[in-house]
Amino acid sequence: MSKTKAVSAENLRARVEELSGENVFACYQCGMCAAGCPLADEMDRLPSQVIRDLQLEDITLLDSNAPWVCASCLACEVRCPKGVDLAKLMEALRQLHLRKELDHMSIDDMSHDEIRKLPQIALVASFRKKTG
Amino acid sequence: MKTIPYFPGCSLKDTATPFETSAQFVMEKLGLALAELDRWNCCGTVSSLTSDDLMHHLAAVRNFVRVQDLGETELVALCAMCYNTLARTAQRVNGDDADRDKINQFMDRESDYVGDVKIVHLLQVLRDRIGWETLAEHSTVNLNGLNVACYYGCTLVRPKSVGIDDAENPTLMDDALEAVGATPRAFPFATECCGTYQVVDRRDLSIEHSFRILQSAARTGADVIATACPLCQHNLQEAQRELSGMENIRDLEIVYFTELLGAALGMDPTALPERITQSLQTTAAAQADQGGN
Repeated sequence: MSKTKAVSAENLRARVEELSGENVFACYQCGMCAAGCPLADEMDRLPSQVIRDLQLEDITLLDSNAPWVCASCLACEVRCPKGVDLAKLMEALRQLHLRKELDHMSIDDMSHDEIRKLPQIALVASFRKKTG
Repeated sequence: MKTIPYFPGCSLKDTATPFETSAQFVMEKLGLALAELDRWNCCGTVSSLTSDDLMHHLAAVRNFVRVQDLGETELVALCAMCYNTLARTAQRVNGDDADRDKINQFMDRESDYVGDVKIVHLLQVLRDRIGWETLAEHSTVNLNGLNVACYYGCTLVRPKSVGIDDAENPTLMDDALEAVGATPRAFPFATECCGTYQVVDRRDLSIEHSFRILQSAARTGADVIATACPLCQHNLQEAQRELSGMENIRDLEIVYFTELLGAALGMDPTALPERITQSLQTTAAAQADQGGN
């Protein structure tokens, strides 16, 4: 993967739109994504707020846990009346970290026992989503 | 016997072997055998969602080239995550000449991918190439109204562009099991996320969400949950294990939908949970009684 330019408030929205191919201004904040998100209660900001923060170029969004909690289940994607693919925005936000080699998890933190008990489908998916 | 190219993926060779063996049994009985794709490789497990990340679609395309080399245009997946990852790559690469060119230029030993491989799920094959009536005709053991909650999860039905059925109210798995005598129990959490790979570093989260799914299914009167995803299966099973024996918790059996189809088509049911085999034995005894009368 190519080296990522430093992310700032000025280019946050542009970088996320470039990576995701989505237009964040298509969102009119109806909240359908947040209402149907099975993991929203684990997030420090609602899925709809993530889009709002992108519209407003709020750089603190980079510290949010929401993209790491999002499991790309796509419940939001099928329900958005404006056709915004929020899962792609979440993936772009994860990639802004991962492409700077800021992994969100490490296999070194897991015991052999834990690794042995987990099916490979879970391990591979998790490392695909949370490491660069 | 007619055959159709089939992609197993990692789980079906390891944690989900009953899924593969039962599906192979069912399809042989139905006269359309699953022919394992030679030298298949990992699908990628999850689809890369960023526009510039073409590299992670390469693994899927390499499998498509092998299907193409067989002179075939369809590839069947059983694992819901494999189905989704392969189908999303096919959708992107089949419809985009520039993306396909880039991947073809990168691949060295493989022939160029021309972009006409279609990914189908076994449930679609059962509906479109076999049909529910034919499936019912091949059933030798009635499932005796076994109460089944069909759990679709995420990757079979979302996004809509690759979903095998209605994204909010799928019935494909229900239809297949109803055809062989089961009683499908519709439940509101049939397409809710089980927590997926979050089980690796957020086990609490996947247990909690799987618990909600189990409870929702139990309230409809289901005794069995049928799945099509080895990861859903794992998460639901883990939640069931944690909750087993607790007050007001009704234990549910969690099996692959093909295991129930297999039992109905005469597969040796001893690998199935006792609750299901008991139901089958009752049926067999009832049939013997009827035969005697």
